[in-house]
Amino acid sequence: MYSKNFLISLYKTMLKIRLCEESLVEPILKGKIKTPCHLYTGEEAIATGVCAALDKNDYIFGNHRSHGHYIAKGGNLKQLIAEIYCKETGCSRGRGGSMHVVAPEVGFLGAAPIVAGTISLAVGAALASKIRGDKRVSVSFFGDGATGEGVFYESLNFAALKKLPIIFACENNFYSTHMPLRECRFKDNIYESGIPFGVPGYKIDGNNVLEVYEATKKAVEMCRRGEGPVLLEFVTYRLRGHVGPDDNIQGLHTDIRPKEEVEEWRKKDPLEIFKAFLLKKQVLTKDEIDKIKFEIESEIKEAHLFAQKSPYPNEKELCKYVFKEN
Amino acid sequence: MCSKKIRRLSYSLAINEALHQMMEKDSSVLLIGQGVKSPWYVGNTARGLLDRFGSERVIDTPVSENAITGVAVGAAIVGMRPIIVHPRMDFMLYALDPIINEAANWHYMFGGKVNVPVVFWGIINRGGEQAAQHSQALHTFFAHVPGLKVVMPSTPYDAKGLMISAIQDDNPVVFVDDRWLYRLEDDVPEELYSVPIGKGIVRREGKDITLIAISYMAVEAIKAADFLRQEQGISVEVIDLRTIKPFDKELIFESVRKTGRVILADVGWKMCGFMAEVAATLVEEMFDCLKSSIKRIALPNVPAPASRALEKHYYLNAEKLIRAILELLKGEEVMYGVQSALL
Repeated sequence: MYSKNFLISLYKTMLKIRLCEESLVEPILKGKIKTPCHLYTGEEAIATGVCAALDKNDYIFGNHRSHGHYIAKGGNLKQLIAEIYCKETGCSRGRGGSMHVVAPEVGFLGAAPIVAGTISLAVGAALASKIRGDKRVSVSFFGDGATGEGVFYESLNFAALKKLPIIFACENNFYSTHMPLRECRFKDNIYESGIPFGVPGYKIDGNNVLEVYEATKKAVEMCRRGEGPVLLEFVTYRLRGHVGPDDNIQGLHTDIRPKEEVEEWRKKDPLEIFKAFLLKKQVLTKDEIDKIKFEIESEIKEAHLFAQKSPYPNEKELCKYVFKEN
Repeated sequence: MCSKKIRRLSYSLAINEALHQMMEKDSSVLLIGQGVKSPWYVGNTARGLLDRFGSERVIDTPVSENAITGVAVGAAIVGMRPIIVHPRMDFMLYALDPIINEAANWHYMFGGKVNVPVVFWGIINRGGEQAAQHSQALHTFFAHVPGLKVVMPSTPYDAKGLMISAIQDDNPVVFVDDRWLYRLEDDVPEELYSVPIGKGIVRREGKDITLIAISYMAVEAIKAADFLRQEQGISVEVIDLRTIKPFDKELIFESVRKTGRVILADVGWKMCGFMAEVAATLVEEMFDCLKSSIKRIALPNVPAPASRALEKHYYLNAEKLIRAILELLKGEEVMYGVQSALL
């Protein structure tokens, strides 16, 4: 079974993501953070479980909701928070904001909010790995909304044709902004999308971090054996708004999800589920959990202070980085 | 020192040689796109590559422009140097997302952390009654976007040198050529060399008027200049920009200081066309040097027609340039067999 350290590290990562996202709520509502933040609250088990099954050298590509991917892959927290404040010390030097986080030093090659826009890029990274024979695996994180884009199917086909080491990781939270999945797709069968192309697909409880980890581990092994690609559909739910803490609180009233539905999913909070598991299995005690929480809270607080004190990008450098100087 | 061997080579084989030499030199270079093993599609530009470098690096693909272009971008993000070929520029429109939203912005939006050394190769492939969707010259679209460089060689020498520069560049470069140029022959060195991106060239020196042209129109511009010198004693300075983004302002300014008159010849539509940018730049920065109004020669704002009877009036050539130059210089109608209301 799992080592104690491994289970604790999963919990720490999930909690770090949760606390990071929740720490953004107040500054967003106060207008201190303006960049559009698509909070990952409620989906932590997916990034955590997937990245736990990857090596540092493996590649991931993100989307508009990628703070969790960044943290789970091992990106620097201070640089993440500083980027969300759009400061020079941010991971993208204040040029990207919340939707463009990156940590190439740990294999996170970039997040971008054009829906499905990074799927083909991840396939390209996988192609490079195959050509080089470096055994790296690429993961493309995208939402259920992205499965409406043609490039998703083109990418499945090409990746299958070339047997590329890529995991298509769909985070199905049932809403493409405001549009429920049932209004976007004839059948609730995203995991079967690869079947016409010969890409095996699996539907996984995305709120159970160990199930996510196990499924990804198998997929990674398949990819490393040259049996990729694999499509994983992680079923989950976002516990915050599409963008910002809560669309309704912010006065936009765009979150039209039924209250009962939201409440049902709150009962399936991935962090609570895993915490209960750890307590039950006596991996951690309540005191230890409190201690972990305190430590992470301190780290996040420090990151906010770092970000707030950091300078904005210099106006004289507005035009820097359009091109790389050869 | 090795002796520099030079021989005649066609434009398309000059590109082919650039690909051979760069793939040989750098194992991260790969060619991907529709028809790279079909002589019907990319002429002979891909000749011998598949046999020499194998199907892992010379990748013929299904018709999925969006995904395949994204694949090239993704491979570049992790350090490969892919050339993604679109055998007709028209087909590139499916790929605007990976080209513009992703590749062009990637380096900037990540604060310089990740660069994208990819070549987007789009071929203008027109004439022969191919009509509206198989004929478009869309270079201007790409020149509009920050983060993209755009080159348009008109000679075999430049085609080889600019393809090599485009592959070696650490940024996304759009390489636009024209099938009408593929059979042109020129002296091309056998060795690997590069032509700098962003540098134009004076093809003919002159003092009466500056004719600035790109791609196929640079070839026609030389014909027009030679004709006018011989037949009319008019001295036309011909500038071939070679790169349209960034374009060589200094070279143009130097010429305009001398001549004070400018004709601009594009291979695409006039409306918001690339030459409008050149004209605006001259008006903004060189107004005092201009002796007369600037004239643009470009395609009418009309989709490409099929019928050869219409194509003849639609496309531009030396004859139309000659007429425009004479009009500008003499302010009078001169007939050179062209009777067209389109000009």
